[in-house]
This record gives sequence, structure tokens and C-alpha cells, in this order.
Amino acid sequence: MNGTLQQDVNQETFTLNLGPQHPATHGVLRVKLVMDGEYIVEAEPVLGYIHRMHEKMGENRTWAKFLPNCGRMDYLSALSYNHGYVAAVERAAKIEVPERAEYIRVITVELNRISSHLLWFGAFVLDLGGFTPLLYAFDDREFILDLLESVTGSRLTYCYFRFGGVYNDIDDAFIAGTREFIKKQRKRMPMYDALVTKNIILIKRLKEIGPISKDMARRYGATGPVARGSGINYDVRKHEPYSVYPELDFDIPVYEEGDSMARYMVRMDEIEQSMRIIEQALDKLPEGEIKPKKAVKMVKPEKGDYYHAVEAARGSFGVRLVSDGKNQAYRLKLRSPTYSNLSLYGEATKGMLLPDALALMGSLDLVIPEIDR
Amino acid sequence: MPEWLRVILFIIFVLSFAGLNAAYLVWCERKGAGHIQRRIGPKEVGPFGLLQPLADGAKLMSKQLFLPKGVDPILFMVAPLMVMVPAIMSFCVIPFSETFVAREINLGLLMIFAFASVNVLGLLLGSWGSANKYALIAGARCVSQNVAYEIPMLITTITMVMVTNTMNLNEIVRSQAGWFIHWHIFRLDMSLLMPVSFLIFFVCSLAETNRAPFDMAEAESELIAGAYTEYPGMGFGVFFMGEYANIVIGCALTAILFLGGWQAPIPLNFGGFLGVLWGMSWFFLKLYALIFTVIWIRWTYPRTQFYELLNLSWKVLIPISLFNLILTALQIKIFPWL
Amino acid sequence: MSGYFKELISGTKSLFIGLGITGKYFFEPVVTLQYPHEHLEMTPRYRGHIELIPNEETGEPKCIACGMCQKGCPSGCIEVKGEKREGVKGKVVTKYILNFTTCSLCGQCVESCKFGALRFSKEYNLASPRKEDFIFDLIEKLKEKS
Ligand code: SF4
Ligand code: SF4
Repeated sequence: MNGTLQQDVNQETFTLNLGPQHPATHGVLRVKLVMDGEYIVEAEPVLGYIHRMHEKMGENRTWAKFLPNCGRMDYLSALSYNHGYVAAVERAAKIEVPERAEYIRVITVELNRISSHLLWFGAFVLDLGGFTPLLYAFDDREFILDLLESVTGSRLTYCYFRFGGVYNDIDDAFIAGTREFIKKQRKRMPMYDALVTKNIILIKRLKEIGPISKDMARRYGATGPVARGSGINYDVRKHEPYSVYPELDFDIPVYEEGDSMARYMVRMDEIEQSMRIIEQALDKLPEGEIKPKKAVKMVKPEKGDYYHAVEAARGSFGVRLVSDGKNQAYRLKLRSPTYSNLSLYGEATKGMLLPDALALMGSLDLVIPEIDR
Repeated sequence: MPEWLRVILFIIFVLSFAGLNAAYLVWCERKGAGHIQRRIGPKEVGPFGLLQPLADGAKLMSKQLFLPKGVDPILFMVAPLMVMVPAIMSFCVIPFSETFVAREINLGLLMIFAFASVNVLGLLLGSWGSANKYALIAGARCVSQNVAYEIPMLITTITMVMVTNTMNLNEIVRSQAGWFIHWHIFRLDMSLLMPVSFLIFFVCSLAETNRAPFDMAEAESELIAGAYTEYPGMGFGVFFMGEYANIVIGCALTAILFLGGWQAPIPLNFGGFLGVLWGMSWFFLKLYALIFTVIWIRWTYPRTQFYELLNLSWKVLIPISLFNLILTALQIKIFPWL
Repeated sequence: MSGYFKELISGTKSLFIGLGITGKYFFEPVVTLQYPHEHLEMTPRYRGHIELIPNEETGEPKCIACGMCQKGCPSGCIEVKGEKREGVKGKVVTKYILNFTTCSLCGQCVESCKFGALRFSKEYNLASPRKEDFIFDLIEKLKEKS
């Protein structure tokens, strides 16, 4: 026998390239694994396969022209990214947002969060080898996409928020549809619970597998469900409140265990919390304008350095703007949550078995275009 | 009928059965998966997509038999056959009905197990020969999995041999004649844990044939396609056929040992040609019900983790089957008249 | 020991419950739409590629070639040209090319048009192996439609 395998047989360890095209990475991520049998000695994520220079693009076009880019980083929770960017620019340029617009933003963002979590749920179980829940989750998610399509006009890469408001108003059909969706989804969750969450095979695969300690999560700057699964009670919506979140009543699910199961449970609980937020927001939805009275023409923030973070489906998404008073950014820095969440992967997987490591990767909920930006 | 004619007819029957069965089980699998997931599955090629397997087969056959760089050509080509041939050989002793069996061998049961073990060897050789790390991992998994699952399966089989006193498959089926309560799965008087034996046997045959949730050897979300990663066209196709043939053997064995094989659930038997048809239809009904369960299971559960699988075997299945063996032995010793 | 049996029993039970759920769905009607045999109606706000709105009386495009959409487009995929004609107020659009391969369907062109001359089409069955097929001449398209 010739080829590379021969040399590797005589070594203690061998290198396994996971990706850039691999079913478990859900995108073009490459993980270089040094393996001892099926045990992982070292794991090193290699990024950059889908780098598109979004930050640089933001420095080369006017503020408004960067809007469509926001939906193309994290394509699964595009609206949160829209929200982060417009909120940062509004803070910089001191643009007032009418209350109705803020409520609409919250409603659509939370719907988007649910759809993102549902897709993650399906994809995660798919990583674990169960195919069917994915299609059930898609069935539910389709409902949300239809709703969002009816207001934003697109199904995935939304470009809906504008400086000072939103693109267009929501109508009664949307409100009724959303309420119906919540009713339907509440009935649906116990099915997921029985089919997946309580399944002994799944429990065995997730419980006490892939622990991420509080300390590790802090050191790598993990946020979102990954941090909350490790017992860190941090959610931008509660701890650095923005928009109308302070007026809404919701809980932050936190699990202390830090294993893959905890991260799974956080997301499943968040679906319910998001539904609560939407319900309240629909109840409180004020009448009024959705755009500022004085139309926003040219955005020209004063000289300065601004930061605004929002809670995206995968964690804290921060936008840092440095403006030199022109009609485009001097520096635009995007802090994407999955980048930090992935960076702990190497440390967390030391000594783990390959399938467990893949389960851990699934539980981090990676969206590769967002890591690379 | 002269013996040689019988043999030739049977070879033709088994080969065409194995081929068509594999093709149409794929169709069933895809349809079943489709409806479980609330979609339709194949539907474009032919009515209800019934010609889909033929189209797939034509596609597989027309592909180049490409030898990737670095493979061991002999092992690489032989491996699929080593999975396929033993499975076909096993059909020899399967009684499709009382008289419809190629060879009634006294040690038929033993023979099937002997051939079933060759199947693993084929997978191991294929994965080793393809010089691919993913395949190699899959091959290693496959072997330890099979070693672990052969034990409870054999212990359960010994229990069955003890209660039936024979290894002749046809004899085993004959001993279950009469109403359906005479099927072994319901014969609590023979062994109290009969239904448990059935479950153990069924689970083990799932694991033996590398079916979900024990499909470690394929594990498409971890190991691309596991042992089959490097196989092109018909190399993969033969593996596939072998896998499905093995499923049929496993389910057939379960049906024979526990569900009365070709026996109808009511004591009604015919002679001659009608009897063959009557027996065969009952056998196939049971067989395909079991196969449907296998498909159903695959589309319900996530895949087990590797060590959980070994845990299940060593900590659950083996102790329980051993306990069952002892219990059955005692039962036979103490109540010999049953 | 009792934990062992408890887990064994509850685990087996959870497996059967799972089978029950998928078994139930097996008999339920399918939820998918058999595209391309069936089609969905697009919602009124659906964003297909942009198209010009004709003037109701003349059928000519309402566009006066002011160029605002071209200026506002982040992807630079619009090219408008117009000329002055006698007897017509403003300019008449002579060329409106949309390079749909780079359009991000953001809607900024529609927003920036103050003359209500642009809207999103509802076309979504656009597939072609050639890039050139997605460089649309919107004036041509408008003519074809009417
Ligand atoms: S939708 Fe956006 S990208 Fe497309 S043409 Fe209009 S402004 Fe340009
Ligand atoms: S903004 Fe409107 S009127 Fe002006 S060129 Fe574009 S489509 Fe024509």
C-alpha cells in the first residue's frame, strides 16, 4: 500500500481534516484535528474560507448602503443584525425612533430568533443522526418565514429596518398570523419534547458531554446560549437594555451544567420566552408612525466613537462605529458572537471522542458566514 | 424435480430477489421516510416513483469504476463482494415456505451466523483498502460493534435452540404450528422472558446490519459515508445491496425464530402449490412488517454514540440475555413436561 | 441497581413514545407543495427583481430618468439613461438596465424613487445556466408585458 496512510500508521497520532466541506460543519469551516484513534488530541478551527470583508465594505459605502450587508452575515437571524447596525447608527446620528417602529422591530426580531432556533434544533439533531426532527422544525419555521415575508418581502436575508424606523408597517393579517403561530407552536413544543428531548439516545449523547466551564466561557468571551448554558446570566436584552425590551417581561433561561444538554435546553426555553415577548409586544403595540416625522435623508453622525450591542440568536452582536463626520464610516467593527463561541472549541474538545466533539460543535450553533464576515 | 434444476432455479430466484429487494427496499425506505416527515418521497419517475430504483440503478451502473489514488486495488474490489456473497449464501437455508427452501440443512441456523460474520470482514477490508481516514475509523468501529453484538445475539439464539431442540430452521418453524399463540414470542411457558428475547434479538440484528440507530459504520454526519466513502458507482451499489440483503436475513431470522416463519396465525394449511403460496405470503408479510419497523426506527431516532452502543451491549443486553439463558435452562429442567 | 432498571424502563419507554409520534405522522397528510406542478401565490410585498411601472394612460414608463435609484443602489446594478424630448415634461427614459446578478433585493431603489416609477415584481421562477440572462432590460420587459 502506498500513499499517506502508510506513514500515518506508524505514528501515534494522525491528522484529520474536518472540512472545509463536511456535513457537520454546515458551511465552509475547516477544523484540523490531531487524533489518537478516535480521541481528539488537538482541534484547531481554520477560518477564512468565506471571508467577504463586510467591515471594509462598511467603510467604503454610505451608511444606508451598508444595510443589505447586515442580512448577509448571520443569514439565520438577519433581523438582529439589521437591528444592531441601525441602532448603532441611530445612536451615533441621534435619530429618534417612533415607538411603534421599535415594537415592530422587537416583534420581528423575536420571530426571527425563533426561526433561527428552530432551524438550529433541526440541524443539531441532524448532526446527531436524526433526520426527521429537521423536517418537522422546517415545517414550523416555514410559518414564520411566511409571516416575515408578508411584512419584509424576503424570506431569509432581510433588509427591513431603516434608520429611524422600519421599511413598512405591519398589518392586521400579520398580527393575527403571529398569534396563531404562537398558539400552534405552543402545542408543538411538547411533541419535540417527547420525540427528541426526552429520547434516551439523545440524552445519553448530550448529558455531561462537552462541558464548557464558566471560566472557559468567560475567557473566550462566549455569549448567548453558549454562555447561558454555562451558568453565566448574561443577555444584552436584560443587562444593557435597548429598544423597548425594558418594558417587556421575560426570563433569561440559564443552566449551570455547561454541557451540550444545557445549551440545548437554553435554546429550547428561549423559544418559549421569545413567544412571550412577542405576545406582550403585540398587546402593547402603539398606534403611530413607523418612520420619523422628519425623513432621514443624509446620515452624518458627528465625529466620535460609538458602540451598540444587541442580543442576536447566537449571542451578543456588537457594532462599533468610528465616524469622522462624513457620510460613511471611518471604521466599522462588527463583533460577531459565533467567532468567540467557536474559539473555545480547541480547548473544550481536548481528549474528546470525535462524535462527541461534533455534538459539541453542533451545540455551539455555528453560522460560518458570520464568523468570517 | 432433479436436484440440479432445483439448484439453478433457486440461484436465479435468490439473485433476482436480492437485487430487486434491495432496489425496492430503497424505494420503500424513501417513501417511508417521506411520509414520516410529511412529504411524498419519490414520485416523478413512473407511477408513485416506482421506476426510481431502476433509474438509480442505471445511474450507479453507468458510473466509472474509479480507483482513487492510494487504494489497495484487490481489497478495494473484493470487499463489496464479501458483503454481498455471504448474504446471498444465507438465503440458501431460509425457508420461505414449508417446501420452498433451497437446502434444509440441519445446522442452518449456525450457517447463517457463520456467514453473517464474514460481512464485517468485508466492511473492514473495504475501509482499510480505501486508504481513507474516515473509512478507517468506520471500519474499526464496525468490528468492535459487531463483536459486541454477536454475543447477546448468540446467547439469545442458544436459548431458542434450547427450547426448540434443533438448529434446522424449518423444524423451528414447524414447532410453532397452530394458532398464533404458539409462536415463540408468546410462549411464556417455554421461557418467561420470551418477548424480551425477541427485543434483544431484534436490536442485535439492527446492530449487526449497521442500521440506524447503530449505523456507526456509515454515520453520514460524522464520517461522510464511513466505510463507503471512497466507493464509486457499482462498488457502492453492491455494498448497498449487500446491506439490504443483510437486513432481510436479519428480519427473516427474527420472523422464523419468534414469529412463526411461514406459519399462518390460524391453523389452516394447504398442500401443493397453494400451500407454498400460502406459506410464502405469510412469511413475506411478517418479513416486510419487520423491515418496515427497521425503516421506521431509522427515521425516528438520532444515532447512538459509540461507547453508548458498547455500554448497551455489555451492560444491558448481555446480562439480560445471560439471565434469560439461565432462566430458560431452569425452566426446562424443572418443568420438563412443558 | 434500582437506578439501572429505572433508566432501562424509562429509556425504553421514551423510545416507544418516539416511534408513536413518527408513526402518527406517517398517516397524516403531507404538508409539502409539489413544485413545479403547483405554485404558490407570492405575498403582495414579495420582493422579486424590480420593474418599471407604466403610466396608466400611455403605457410608457413613469420613470423620468432622474437617476436617484442608480445613485442609491448599494450594489451599483442599475444603469439609467434618458433624453429630453419635445412636448414632454422632464426626461424620457431610454435605457434602464438592471444587473440582477448583483442585486441584493434591498429595496433602496424603490424607496428612493420619488416618482413611484419602480416596484418589485413577483417573479421567482428565474433560473438559467447563463449569467447574461440576468441582465434585464426593464423597458424591454415592460413592453413585453403590455
Ligand atoms: S433592490 Fe437594492 S440592490 Fe437591487 S437594484 Fe434596488 S437598490 Fe440595487
Ligand atoms: S428614481 Fe425613479 S424616476 Fe428616477 S430614474 Fe429611478 S426609476 Fe426613474
